Amino acid sequence: MTTAGFGSSSPEGTVAALRASVISGQRSPRDIVDRSFARAAEVRAGADGLNAILWSDVDAAHREAAALESRLDGPHAGQLAGIPIVVKDNIATAGSPTTCGSRILAGYHSPFEATAVTCLRDAGAIIVGKTNLDEFAMGSSTEFSAFGRTKHPLDPRLVPGGSSGGSAAAVAAGITPVALGSETGGSVRQPAAFCGIVGVKPTYGRVSRFGLVAFASSLDQIGVFGVTVADAATVLQTIAGRDPLDATSVEAPLPNYAEYPHTLRGVVIGKPREYFPEQLDPRIADLCERALDRCRALGATVRDVSLPHTELAIPVYYIVAPAEASSNLARFDGVRYGLRVTDDGLRGMYEATRSNGFGPEVTRRILLGTYVLSAGYYDAYYTKAMRARQLIASDFDAAFNSGVDVLFTPTTPTTAFAAGSRSDPYEMYLSDIFTVTANLAGIPALSLPIGRVDGLPVGGQLLAPHFGEQRMLGVAQLLEHSLGAEAHR
Amino acid sequence: MSVRETAESPRGADPGALGAFEMVVGLEVHVQLLTRTKAFCRCATDFGAPPNTNVCPVCLGLPGALPVLNEHVVDLALRAAIALDCEIHPVSIFARKNYFYPDLPKGYQISQYDRPLATAGRLTSDGPADAPAATVRITRVHIEEDAGKSVHDRFAGVSAIDLNRAGVPLIEIVSEPDIRSAAAAGAYLRALKQLLEYLEVSDVNMEEGSLRVDANVSARPVGASTLGTKTELKNLNSFSAVERALDAEFARQCALLAAGERVSQQTLLWDANAGAVRPARSKEESHDYRYFPEPDLPPLVVDRARIKGVREHLPELPAARKTRYREAFALGSYDADVLTADRPLGNYFEEVARAHRDPKTVANWVMGEVRAALNARRIEIDRFPVRPADVAELLDLVAGGVLSGTAAKRVFAIMAETGERAAQIAAREGLVQIRDDEALHQWIEQVIAEHEPEATRYARGERKLLGVLVGFVMKKSQGRADPRRVNQLLAERLGA
Repeated sequence: MTTAGFGSSSPEGTVAALRASVISGQRSPRDIVDRSFARAAEVRAGADGLNAILWSDVDAAHREAAALESRLDGPHAGQLAGIPIVVKDNIATAGSPTTCGSRILAGYHSPFEATAVTCLRDAGAIIVGKTNLDEFAMGSSTEFSAFGRTKHPLDPRLVPGGSSGGSAAAVAAGITPVALGSETGGSVRQPAAFCGIVGVKPTYGRVSRFGLVAFASSLDQIGVFGVTVADAATVLQTIAGRDPLDATSVEAPLPNYAEYPHTLRGVVIGKPREYFPEQLDPRIADLCERALDRCRALGATVRDVSLPHTELAIPVYYIVAPAEASSNLARFDGVRYGLRVTDDGLRGMYEATRSNGFGPEVTRRILLGTYVLSAGYYDAYYTKAMRARQLIASDFDAAFNSGVDVLFTPTTPTTAFAAGSRSDPYEMYLSDIFTVTANLAGIPALSLPIGRVDGLPVGGQLLAPHFGEQRMLGVAQLLEHSLGAEAHR
Repeated sequence: MSVRETAESPRGADPGALGAFEMVVGLEVHVQLLTRTKAFCRCATDFGAPPNTNVCPVCLGLPGALPVLNEHVVDLALRAAIALDCEIHPVSIFARKNYFYPDLPKGYQISQYDRPLATAGRLTSDGPADAPAATVRITRVHIEEDAGKSVHDRFAGVSAIDLNRAGVPLIEIVSEPDIRSAAAAGAYLRALKQLLEYLEVSDVNMEEGSLRVDANVSARPVGASTLGTKTELKNLNSFSAVERALDAEFARQCALLAAGERVSQQTLLWDANAGAVRPARSKEESHDYRYFPEPDLPPLVVDRARIKGVREHLPELPAARKTRYREAFALGSYDADVLTADRPLGNYFEEVARAHRDPKTVANWVMGEVRAALNARRIEIDRFPVRPADVAELLDLVAGGVLSGTAAKRVFAIMAETGERAAQIAAREGLVQIRDDEALHQWIEQVIAEHEPEATRYARGERKLLGVLVGFVMKKSQGRADPRRVNQLLAERLGA
């Protein structure tokens, strides 16, 4: 007998339905949490199976569920009352480890909690686990975790994508309906596409980064996974907003993401040719075309556009992100917290700690970032990359200023690949080719399932202007409804 | 000290070589700002708190913590930059200065690099001794955070780290290489310290590290227009250390150059005990700091209204106060200089002067007795127990003839000890001046009887003996007689 997971196959498993059942007293928060743990056990979410969830504390979740019962008085119940959620392990949570999937932070407990997590708790969500990731969110397959790779829920030989692969796999496996991840270059959208769920990266500054362990500060943003667009939107609604603890968070109007028109009449969807190269898998291209047809049928106009500097995105990203990472990860030095490996003197301790504490991909990026910031190379790499980054952002501005409301592209050039199949780092980096641009430009983007190829999910990506989440989520919901079950066929 | 530890010095160099060279100095001054909380978090900045108590996730550099700029830091930095006549940049950028050190929790210091808050200022100081006023150009003023403190002598065999200071706000004030002598460097630093004190941006206390000086120094042939190779001097713990270190390093460089050798660019530490510089260990040497814009902080935007507001609320600066002292209190330049050199002392003077009618007497008293009492007790004016109103009362008693100058000094000494009021002390100690003619006559008669020869010689015309006789009367009265009245009465009695 299998436990019913949370998922689109069961409408009663959506955030809205679960919340309603909790508020009406039909189900207790504890029931829901237990259902989540039961599902996790069934799919073997831990190290003996999917390895999606690194840490979970059943007792703490039960205590939170009990505490929540006293707060369920009707209209004052939070937007996420009783909703179980998992959080990527590079986001600080009180009462459980925050390791970033790294040996250097093994056993580390943060004395404070991320603002986004506090928002979730305030809204009534119950955190049931911390999820696996590529070490410090550096990777596209969740193979680079110090605690072992996460497996794809549909086929354990495949990767779930990354770096937020643990959160994506947990939602895809029905353990929770929603999850938090983080994005620096596509780390929510790419695994969402691989796992056949929805992943949203908000505008840079929309969600507080306080408590998100920094990888590349100018690109990082907490993102949301959901089985449905509406579920992801509800979670985003609760964590969005200016935070006095994050100077880069922005004071911007926060529209109700649940409100959207029921037609796409008048909406112009741009189809950027650089995201549909000749060598793109024709089956993925066809699924995109099908999705665009649905949009047309809903009243949208689809227009070909060009984002001419797209080809610069991967090189720019792999200068800017490692540069910031080399500085952000300097604090892991063995002096105050985390791993310390003693060796000869201070320098010896630094070298031994960091050599032992960081895995190969993190080491590679720290070295790359240190190099591009070095005297004599700074202008050739960093300065030039910052100029190119501006060009990429200008491409989007130009497209949106020309009357395009949202852009539609494939999320990834391929479906989920086999673990161990991308041993060349550059080949791995190319799996983010369609997603890094949104991080470089700071614009919101999402991925939603638009069909399958060889039984594996394919994601379609929507991109919108800064703080254009409401329109983007609205288009996504209409498309999601229109595709219906076809999105998973 | 062994030769190996000193920076290289040529043997047998000609000490007379100094005259052929000119000293060129630029100074980098770090000033701790007088904010209640740190630059990027809300931890307190108090000096002397138990180690690692004024800390939080932000200044500890814990994973996930983010800096948020304390706006008071900007106001104080602006105040200093405006008073230094700088150009204020409407947009400046925070940058990360990356290096590894155990007292630097994040592995980088938040500073400003290629786009500082302010550039192109100037500071004019009264030159050394009789030299004319000198103007030193200011290259830049920028905001940064302090590192923590490594403590190497507290626990045997290990170093300890106190992060109370980590994240405390600083401004760095960099001068152009416009300084030409050690004395001029001292004058610049004193003027800067005085200015910052007046601005109330820092408590400018070198002992507590709220003002720190690094010096860049080079030597070049007199008349040359290009700069020689510079060395950077660190560990300068006082203004006099700066001056001594500059002279010592200049002499070392001159000797090298005179011997046909080259000065190598390096960081040197001043060893005050040895009176010499020694090369810094490699950790104090220059790094590749890999500066890049701090992505956690938006650009610092300072609009015109804010600059205007700071400018309009600048406190009175030393030059303006000097002028006011000369005009409002009719003081000479010397008095005005002394009383404005130390702002709290000047404030004290003003309070006394408001309560007593003769500012010149007040000035003399504050510069003389008050300063002497402070020096004797090694305290600052803010901890002096005698209130300005009490000094004014004492001076009123002297002016009214109630106390002699001598008695007033004795009274003041007790006031400084106990904080009591002058009239009370004078009465208890029997120091009130005796001006009762009857009592004075009695003493005069006794003195004439006891010193008949002097009295006779005076009467015969040896006028200068009057002072001697007055002295005898004063002695007999134990200093309490009013000397002016004694003078008059004696002269009348002996027929002047």
